[in-house]
Amino acid sequence: MIIKDAVCPFCGCLCDDIEVTVDDGKIVAVDNACTLGNHKFLGDHRLPGPIRRDGDTWKDIRYDEAVEYAVDMLLEADRPLLYGWSGTHGEAQCVGVHMAELLRGVIDNTSSVCHGPSILAIQEVGHPGCTLGQVKNRADLLIYWGCNPIDAHPRHLSRYTRYADGFFLENAFRDRKVIVVDVRKTETTNLADEFVQIQPGADYAVLSALRAIARGKGDALPRTVGGVPREQLVRIVDLCKKAKFGAVYFGLGLTMTRGKYKNIRNAIELVDELSRHTKFTISAMRGHYNVYGSNEVNTWMTGYPFGIDFSRGIAFYNPGETTAVDILARKECDACLIVASDPGAHFPRACIKHLADIPVVQIDPYANATTAFCDVQIPVAVTGIDAEGTAYRMDGVPIRTRKVLSTGYPSDEEILGRIYARIQEVRQP
Amino acid sequence: MSEMLIKNAFVIDPLNGINGEVMDIAIRDGKIVEAVGDAAEVIDARRNLTLPGGVDSHTHICGTKVNFGRYMSPEDMRAGRTPRRGHMHATSGYSVPTTYGNSYRYSAMGYTTLLEGAMAPLEARHTHEEFSYTPLQDTMANALFDGNWSVLEAVRDGDTKRVAAVIAWVLSAVKGFAVKLTNPGGTEAWGWGENVDCIQKPIANFEVSPAEIIRTIVEANELLHLPHSVHLHCNNLGKPGNYTCTMGTFGLIPDLNKKRQTLYATHVQYHAYGGSGWNDFCSKSEPIANMVNMRPQIAIDMGQVMFGKTTTMTADGPMEFNLYRLHHDKWSNHDVELETGSGIIPVLYRRKNLVNSVMWAIGLELALLVDDPWRCLLTTDNPNGAPFVRYPEIIALLMSKRYREEELATVHPDTEHRVPLPAIDRELDWHDIAVMTRAAQAKALGIVDIGKGHLAPGADADVAIYPIRVDETDPSVDYRRVIDAFSRTEYTIKRGRVVCRSGECVVDGNNTTIWVKPKVSPEYDMGKDPDFIRKFDRYYTVRMRNYPVQDEYLKRNLCIETEAEL
Ligand code: SF4
Repeated sequence: MIIKDAVCPFCGCLCDDIEVTVDDGKIVAVDNACTLGNHKFLGDHRLPGPIRRDGDTWKDIRYDEAVEYAVDMLLEADRPLLYGWSGTHGEAQCVGVHMAELLRGVIDNTSSVCHGPSILAIQEVGHPGCTLGQVKNRADLLIYWGCNPIDAHPRHLSRYTRYADGFFLENAFRDRKVIVVDVRKTETTNLADEFVQIQPGADYAVLSALRAIARGKGDALPRTVGGVPREQLVRIVDLCKKAKFGAVYFGLGLTMTRGKYKNIRNAIELVDELSRHTKFTISAMRGHYNVYGSNEVNTWMTGYPFGIDFSRGIAFYNPGETTAVDILARKECDACLIVASDPGAHFPRACIKHLADIPVVQIDPYANATTAFCDVQIPVAVTGIDAEGTAYRMDGVPIRTRKVLSTGYPSDEEILGRIYARIQEVRQP
Repeated sequence: MSEMLIKNAFVIDPLNGINGEVMDIAIRDGKIVEAVGDAAEVIDARRNLTLPGGVDSHTHICGTKVNFGRYMSPEDMRAGRTPRRGHMHATSGYSVPTTYGNSYRYSAMGYTTLLEGAMAPLEARHTHEEFSYTPLQDTMANALFDGNWSVLEAVRDGDTKRVAAVIAWVLSAVKGFAVKLTNPGGTEAWGWGENVDCIQKPIANFEVSPAEIIRTIVEANELLHLPHSVHLHCNNLGKPGNYTCTMGTFGLIPDLNKKRQTLYATHVQYHAYGGSGWNDFCSKSEPIANMVNMRPQIAIDMGQVMFGKTTTMTADGPMEFNLYRLHHDKWSNHDVELETGSGIIPVLYRRKNLVNSVMWAIGLELALLVDDPWRCLLTTDNPNGAPFVRYPEIIALLMSKRYREEELATVHPDTEHRVPLPAIDRELDWHDIAVMTRAAQAKALGIVDIGKGHLAPGADADVAIYPIRVDETDPSVDYRRVIDAFSRTEYTIKRGRVVCRSGECVVDGNNTTIWVKPKVSPEYDMGKDPDFIRKFDRYYTVRMRNYPVQDEYLKRNLCIETEAEL
């Protein structure tokens, strides 16, 4: 059986033109996806069923027992943390928010360690953006800043930018200029018409210089800024102003380097300045296929995109205080439910150490670095493969991922729904 | 079978010609009926004002742009936080509350049906997801067609039937309710950072003028026999002197429908400006209201501005950028491929500001100068003019000249030289208010036949009982009591269940989404049209098969099927 127009559940590009061939209850071929997507569709090594730590080993348990464990853990906790959510569908995220509210816990998602700074910047100055098709059809100038789409979002260039012909660009490769700004050469910089190599940590200075030039104050600049010759900066602003439609995409190279959210703020303000001359937009390269969705869900339900603390009964938001890393580093939380993410591979050591000291339940199809310190792991279906649900593309377009396979694994929504129902029985009889 | 009897209700039900009769209302299984048995649950309305549930025919409560309004504004979220309590979830936000916040606050004010004013078809799924977390009201959404390429091309080719066919396909696909045009032509021009000026000049690449777009789509809308008319946000919003453009637009509209208006012009306050710049900015509510009075094919909503903080959001991207350049706070913009755009900025309307004061006056003037309350609906274009929680104050301002005078004394002193408001003596009565907040809204939306906006047997049992005795209240003097009463019902009843009691929402609710599906002949089925499919595949970034909103997103829903003349 061939399933057409399936949606790839790997990165924020959320490519929805994948062809999956299923034979005898297994995926045997995947067309159109990049290697990352292929790997996700064809990957196995799933846990067969829930496991519970038993001294130094694991023992298999039933789903009922696993749910029971999670319920008890959460009900006993004073300050539970519900973390992750990027690799699952919106319907499951909604249950998570309701659960956090009822438990008076903290709910946070992986954006607090990736594009959290971008969100803080947007909360200060806004966000002039657009959908990816707007770029594909119109943009004659692209800037990739602090990101390497060839490795992280492999089809971004072919579906939306460098190689994507559009309504107003019949030959995109010829008619569209691509500028790449990075601290080092990457696969992506090789494709650039203009590669701007900046010194590590100099993004803020370079953005400020570009803004100054755009405002006609370039004369005040030194000969080089952040390792970039003034002439190149002037040339770039010139290209930007001459473009009919410019689009900036930025990644963790801008959000997680020195300056953090201030870098993004500066980049947005540059786009704002350029918008007075021509059409310009800016967007974040969101990582997980549905990390943006968890920001959206949290926002319509609580008012805030991440790091929400319900301990006061109301939704309280103060990134740096109510975000997962901070709560763990302060050893505040006494139980943690991790859903569809792998903090074990990304969090600072001190946080992981605390996680190892408290009860942790992980809901995830695969064993990963977090498995090493969780007490119970509950394997679930993979949204987009054996479960369906809503995901938000990096530009905010919601897409329903398809179920291409039946495996019998419960979905995240199902497991979370069961945990929530039990918690409701106790807390909201 | 569930039965309820509301006794001793002081009923105003304009669609059924009831104006202040003390009577009982019987309800069975969510519908109004003639009579119920003795076992029915009884609610004593104690002669309090009892109206059909409120209908808001233009608000922004759900969807990409609304959610982005929340996302970018933690300060607004802090401004309205309530804890979880009983059946009520925690809420946040003042001008753009969370979905639960919207639903609870509207319910406390007696509103049971809401129309989301602008949904980008490509992102419709988001609106429907939020609808499922807006439990206490029935919901529906206008789909945006202002910059839809297939529509623009068909308009250019003079092919009205094809325009209708595209609209039919998109509305059914995205489970939309009606056609919204926001700054037609202008949103496409904004794709290049441009805008249109007024309605005659064609836009680049598509060579169609706003006037052609509006006229053709108005005709196409009627070919589809849609319940609602075209819902138009005119060009040139917010610009001094724009009233001529508004008048020109109104002049384009033929009278094509016996049952309702042919054009719903929204937030007309923002389109009734005189002057050549901000220095001689003034009200032109009089010519606009006169034009509406003379043309029964047009209904408008006020778009009332109230002083204080709010968030503006609209598909009119270029307008928001201009406004941002005046306000310098923060600016978000989101263009949607092949379809439309949007912008968001926070705004503070100040009494001390002359322009803001004039804007405040214009909304009220429109409501007082349009003779027929059935054709001027009470809205703020929530949250653009003000959050909907300000409706009770607007009601009081319309009912009391004294209140208006007291307010006028606090605004910018030059205002009185620029607006006719001080000279207007009219005070609206309870019936007018009932018309402007529910009966006329239901009629304008074309949902009377499905049981909205009235209380005759067969209608949905959506009822609002306000804690105020009409026979003991003189609204022109006791306007504070009017404000209090309209702020919080004694009971809000939705589909025969008490959902809110004195501001406290008492059930989880289970809303209905209302959408339309025009039936067209096979030759006008765009889903099979090779050219339409080819363009879709080439230019959208979502596959055509993944575009329609799946049934999973519609929980309870009501599909209105129409027989199109195609
Ligand atoms: S680019 Fe991203 S979404 Fe597209 S196929 Fe590759 S991993 Fe999947």
